This record gives sequence, structure tokens and C-alpha cells, in this order.
Amino acid sequence: MDFGGINPVILIAGLMATSVPILLAALGEAVVERSGVLNLGVEGMMIVGALGGFVVAVHTGSPFAGFLGGAVAGAALSLIFAALTQVFLANQVATGLALTLFGLGLSSLGGQGYNGIKPPHTVGLLPDALAKIPVAGPILFGHDWVVYFSILMTAATWYVLKFTRVGLIIRAVGENHDAAHALGYKVNRIRLLCIMFGGAMAGIGGAYISLVRVPQWVDGITAGAGWIALAIVVFASWRPWRVLAGAWLFGGISVLQLNLQAAGSAIPVEYLSMAPYLLTIVVLVIMSSGRGKASMGAPASLGQNFHAAR
Amino acid sequence: MTGTGTEKGGGAGRPELLKISGVTKAYPGVIANSDVGFTVGEGEVHALLGENGAGKSTLVKMIYGLVRPDSGSMTFRGQPYQPAKPAEARRLGVAMVFQHFSLFEALNVAENVALGMESPPPMRELASRIRAVSEEYGLPLDPARMVGDLSAGERQRVEIIRCLLQDPKLLIMDEPTSVLTPQEVEILFKTLRQLSSEGTAILYISHKLEEIKALCDEATILRRGKVVGTCTPRERTAREMAELMVGTTLTPPERHPVDKGEVALGVSDLSVASPIPFGTSLKNVSFTVAKGEVLGIAGVAGNGQDELLLALSGELRVEPDRLRIASHAAGDLGPVERRKAGLVSAPEDRYGHAAAPDMSLIENAFLTGAIRRGLVNRGFIDWGKTRAFAEEVIAEYDVRTPGPEVAARALSGGNLQKFLMGRELNQSPSVIVINQPTWGVDAAAAAAIRQAILDRAAEGAAVVVISQDLDELLEVSDNFAVLNEGRLTKPVPVQGLTMDQIGLMMGGAHGMEVAHHAE
Repeated sequence: MDFGGINPVILIAGLMATSVPILLAALGEAVVERSGVLNLGVEGMMIVGALGGFVVAVHTGSPFAGFLGGAVAGAALSLIFAALTQVFLANQVATGLALTLFGLGLSSLGGQGYNGIKPPHTVGLLPDALAKIPVAGPILFGHDWVVYFSILMTAATWYVLKFTRVGLIIRAVGENHDAAHALGYKVNRIRLLCIMFGGAMAGIGGAYISLVRVPQWVDGITAGAGWIALAIVVFASWRPWRVLAGAWLFGGISVLQLNLQAAGSAIPVEYLSMAPYLLTIVVLVIMSSGRGKASMGAPASLGQNFHAAR
Repeated sequence: MTGTGTEKGGGAGRPELLKISGVTKAYPGVIANSDVGFTVGEGEVHALLGENGAGKSTLVKMIYGLVRPDSGSMTFRGQPYQPAKPAEARRLGVAMVFQHFSLFEALNVAENVALGMESPPPMRELASRIRAVSEEYGLPLDPARMVGDLSAGERQRVEIIRCLLQDPKLLIMDEPTSVLTPQEVEILFKTLRQLSSEGTAILYISHKLEEIKALCDEATILRRGKVVGTCTPRERTAREMAELMVGTTLTPPERHPVDKGEVALGVSDLSVASPIPFGTSLKNVSFTVAKGEVLGIAGVAGNGQDELLLALSGELRVEPDRLRIASHAAGDLGPVERRKAGLVSAPEDRYGHAAAPDMSLIENAFLTGAIRRGLVNRGFIDWGKTRAFAEEVIAEYDVRTPGPEVAARALSGGNLQKFLMGRELNQSPSVIVINQPTWGVDAAAAAAIRQAILDRAAEGAAVVVISQDLDELLEVSDNFAVLNEGRLTKPVPVQGLTMDQIGLMMGGAHGMEVAHHAE
């Protein structure tokens, strides 16, 4: 079952786990952007979530409490962004960039003294016996609960945005905030809640890196995952299932290039390391090109602050 | 016209539906409504007349729950009425169709309707109810279509149907006919009369006095936030009502007949793909405008008006020979070079296209006036001259603003429009291209803008006016053409043109012999 030293079953199982952080962060950001807000602080919220989750998990000994802590930390940081952009009407791009820088610095400060500690192990959801089934076992049943949670959240986000009134209101606010206001919807309040949801999702994604992927605390642990999440949201045309596809593509190539490196491929390491970023963007650009800008589905009010005049 | 009291009885002994008395609303620096009172009876079509800034919008926003009055009382169906939010107003039976449509282009008709309802039924049921209501009132509409693909008239139907589904007792309509063809206006009026006969009262805001005469039972006239009179529109002439509204005597624009000079702007066989999402591409557009001539281009919104303006202003470049300014090929010139050549243009969208909303009036004056008014001195902005230019426009066009350093966004739509028109018209242009010169501008200011356009023409400028206001086009134009799905009909002289002929030209397919001119 090996092709040039690479086992496809392990590859698929690996990509599902690898892509969890960017998938969660990108789903959150997709909702934020659908409501008309461009939050470029995903990287900052992820790393603060990574630290928050790590600290809570280490002190409580419970990975679940850790993920909850990551969500709270991410949402708390996003509140700064929400206050600045929704209340004080600060520029969203500048505020988002500042949020990332702030999050990186804050996590670096708060993470001192946590180097070299091992967090509690996040267990698999299903009995081990199922995971031992050949082929299907590792792919379908061998994961920890966060992997299933991320897929569930993809479905939930898709369903809520497409079929529920809440989703309709979120899309309406992102499409034309003046009209939404005229109809009596509280534009800034709805956006604030969406921003907090985005922060919480980024926080959980970050916590997955420090609690499961690495798993320990290192400075700058997210290593640009937040930026990839942002890119995936745009190229996925703000649609949850495409976000999943983009995240898995990125995760897949990441795992593949690591395996190729381990297998001693003739391709230089530098090219392999850049491959996930390059290929994900190329594929997503091709997916989203060739159709008019309108059908791309960019929310029309994206990045614009709303102020109810009179 | 029966005096200026704060309360006037509803018309013709109808039972009272809405009564407003002593309502006052002040904003910092301006009193929007002062001691306003009137009564609307059940099933009555009540007109609210007034200039820009007279306080009509604030008043209806209070009735719809978007704004809270400082003092005064409202009663609705005999109960004290003070809605805290639009949802409450809708629940009590007040619905509103907005001047700038409150629609979402990327959502479909049914979703748009659902957003305006309190507890909408499931989508499938809603779609069938939309079909039922649209048939009952003669407003055909497909619930599954994207609003971005609809014409202005169809978009308005979405808003009206959204209101009707909630079975309102009072329907507020803010400037509903500004974007409709004469035929669409007829359909709308039929619907409104049907609603009125079924007992739904309608509060109708418009500048178009002829429409108010044709449709409304009673009228309340506002000036500077106060009620200055009430009248029965059928018994008054449009002129009388306009003068009551403005407070001065109106003079229709004067025309000075001029000899037509040589061709100043020539467009031949121009085809351009639209750069706008959901836009309309231009197809084989040809026309010429001579010095001193005004060409009026009519058409329902979304038939290529924006694209035509972009192509004429230079924002959209074309092959050099397609467009000639004073017989020089200019199709490949950008907006700045075309301004140098004498062509000035004013797009329709004021906030963001014609003006930079967050910049001051001085800065906005500089943005297009820099070249023709010589506001640049050795590469630096001459702020003294720029301020003088802005102040000149403000004074000459009666722009109401605290001063020229105010941000453009802070001006009301009509006031900003006056400023932007003045900015272009005072650059001694040889060719003027304007899209919607008086959209949302009050009667007195509109008359002033039209007069200024005619004055420039009399001085020898060639003018292209693109507008959806037919009365305006008939008033200012020498020749008349219609844009229909990106095609321009052959320009014909305005003199002797009847409304029926215009309707046929606008109808496109129904008027093949007019719409499709020979090679």
C-alpha cells in the first residue's frame, strides 16, 4: 500500500487532522466576512487562543477545558477589534493588522514559563477497536473529537447561513448595511456577535495547534496559519464547504511534503516547504476565476464601517 | 389652503387612522420638525409635500419607528402610538417603501421579502404567497430571481409586495416614481388606488406635483420643519402647490434660442462591455451633439446609463475614433485629458463617485476643477483659489452648508447635488455630460440647476443630459433619445413628441419601428 514510501491511508488521516486549525479559523472568518467585517487579526486571535488553551489545559488537566479556554481567549481578543471598529469606527484593515501584532506579542509575553511543559493528551472519540479496521479505520474513526467537531461546524455554518433566519440576517447585514438598518436590524450588534464567533473559532483552532499538533508551547507557534485561513476564505468564495476543501487541500499538501522530505525526495526541501502555500493558492485562484466578480459572492459591504446617520 | 394650524381633519369624513400632533424633533444645530400635526383617514391617500430639508423624511422615520420624536404625540387606530423600532411599527400595521430601495442585490426576491417580515413562513410557502399577492395586484414577480438582476420597477415591486404581505393599514411611500417609466407609474397608481379602495391608507411623499394631483386625496405641505398648509390637490394647480411649498414664486427655465453650431461631441458605433456587476453593455451607440444643443437621453435605470456616462467621461476608454470632441479623436483619453479638451461630466452616484464623501467641499471642488480653473500652481495646490472656487459655487447655487470646509457627506443629497452641478457647470466647459442632474433635488433647486444647464447651452456648450425624469428632459432638451438595454434610439426633436411615442421608445420590443433605427 506504499507509493514511494508514502501510505495514502495515513496521508488522508493526517491531512484531516493537520487542517483542523485553519479550517476552524477560516469558518469563523467566513461568517465574520459574510456579516461585512474584514478582520485581518485571525493570526493574532489564533495564537492567543493557542496560549489560552494551553495554559487552561495545563492547569486544569482537561483538554476540553483547554479548548474552551482557547475559545474564550480568542473571543476576548476579538472584542478589542469589535470595540474599535464597531463602536469607534476605526479602519478595519489597520485594526486587524494591529490585532495580529498585538496577539503575537501578548502570547509571547504570557507564554514565558510554559516552555517545555507537556499538555494533557486529547483522546480519540471512538473506541480504539474501530480505528484498527483497515483503511476506513484510521480515516473515519481514528481521530480525536476536535476533528469531528470541525467537520460538524462546517455543516452547521453552511446550514445556518443558507437556511436559517439568523443566517439570512447575517448575509443581509454584510450585503447592504444601510438597507438592513432601515429595516430595523441592529447592524453593529449583529457584527459584534459575528466577530466574537470568529474569535472563538480562531481560538479553538489555535488551541488545537498547541494541544494536539505540536503539542507544547513555543513562541510563534501558529506560524502563519491565520493568514492561510484568510486566503482560503476569499478563494472559497465565502462558502463553508469550499473552505473545507481549501483547508484539506492545504493540509494534504503539508502532510505530503513532510512525507516526501522524510522519504528523501530529490526535490529540494525549500520547494517542498513552500508547496502547500503555493499550490493551495493556485488551485483556489483557478477555482474562483472565470466567473464574474458578482458571482464570486463577495459581501458588498465587506470592510465598510456602518454608522447610523440620523 | 386652510391656514397653518397644527391639526387638520382627515378628508371626506373618513374614520381617523393616524393622528399626529405637536411633533417636534431637533438635531444638533437643526430643527427637523417643529410642532407638526396632521391626520390621515382610513383608506385615504395623503400627500406629504415639501422641499429637501423640509423634514418629510424625519417625519416618516418617526412614524416608522426609526427615529424618536422629542415631544408631541401620535395616535394610530385610536391608540397612543410611539414605536421604538420598525419591527413594532410593522406589527401594528405600518409599512414603508423606501426612496433608496432597502434591498439586497445578492439575495433573491423571497429572501428580501422575508427580511422585511417579523415571522416569515418557510421559504416555499412564502414564495407561493408572493406569487399570489403579485397576481392579485397586477405586479408580476418571480420569487426565485436575484434582486441584482431586476429592473428598478421590479425592485420597487419587491418592496411593495414585502409591505403588502403584512396586510398594512398604513403604507408609507417615499418618492416612489422617480425611477419608473410612465407605464410603470400607471401600474403603480392602479395598485395604490386598489389598496386605497380596500381601506389601506397611503402616505405619499413626492416632488412630482402632477402625480400628487392625480393620486392624492389630501396634502400636507411642510416648509423648514413646519406645516405651512393643507389642501386638496385636485382643486389646486401644480404651480400653486409648488409655490406654497417653496414659499416664493417659481419661474420655469427660460430658453434662449441659439443657432446650432458645429458638432462638439460625436459618438459613432460605440460598443463597450459593462465593467459593473449586473451591468448592461453598450451596443452600437451613435449620436452627435452640436454646440448649443441639449440632447436628452431617457430610459429606465439599468439600461446602460451608468456605462454611457463612464464611456463619455473617460473612465471607460474606447477606440480613439469612437468618440470625438470637437472633431478630435478622444476615445482613448482618460477623464483628465477629456477635461482638458473641454468635456466635463457628473455621474449619478453622489456619495463616492461624483464626490469623495469624507473630503471637504473645498477638496471636492479641487478634484475636478483643478485643470480648467487653474487651481494648481507649479505642482502645488493653490488653496486660496480653490476655496474661492468652492465659495463661488456655494453662493451661486444656493448650497446650504455651514461652510466650504464641511465634509461632503454631511450635506443632504439635494444640497450636495447642487454643489456638484455648480462645480462642473462653472468650469466654462464646451461639452457637458450629466447623469440625473436633479435626482432628489427640490423643485426650486431643480429649476435653478436646469436654468444653469440651459444657460451653458446658450453660451455654446453641447450638453448631454441622462435622466429618468421625463418632464425634466422635455423641459431642457432640444433632441430626445432613449437608452434601452444598452442601445440608443435615433435622437428625435423634442418638439411635437407625445408621451405615447416616448412610452413606445422606452418600451423597446413593443416599439420596434422606433427603437431600432435604420443604419
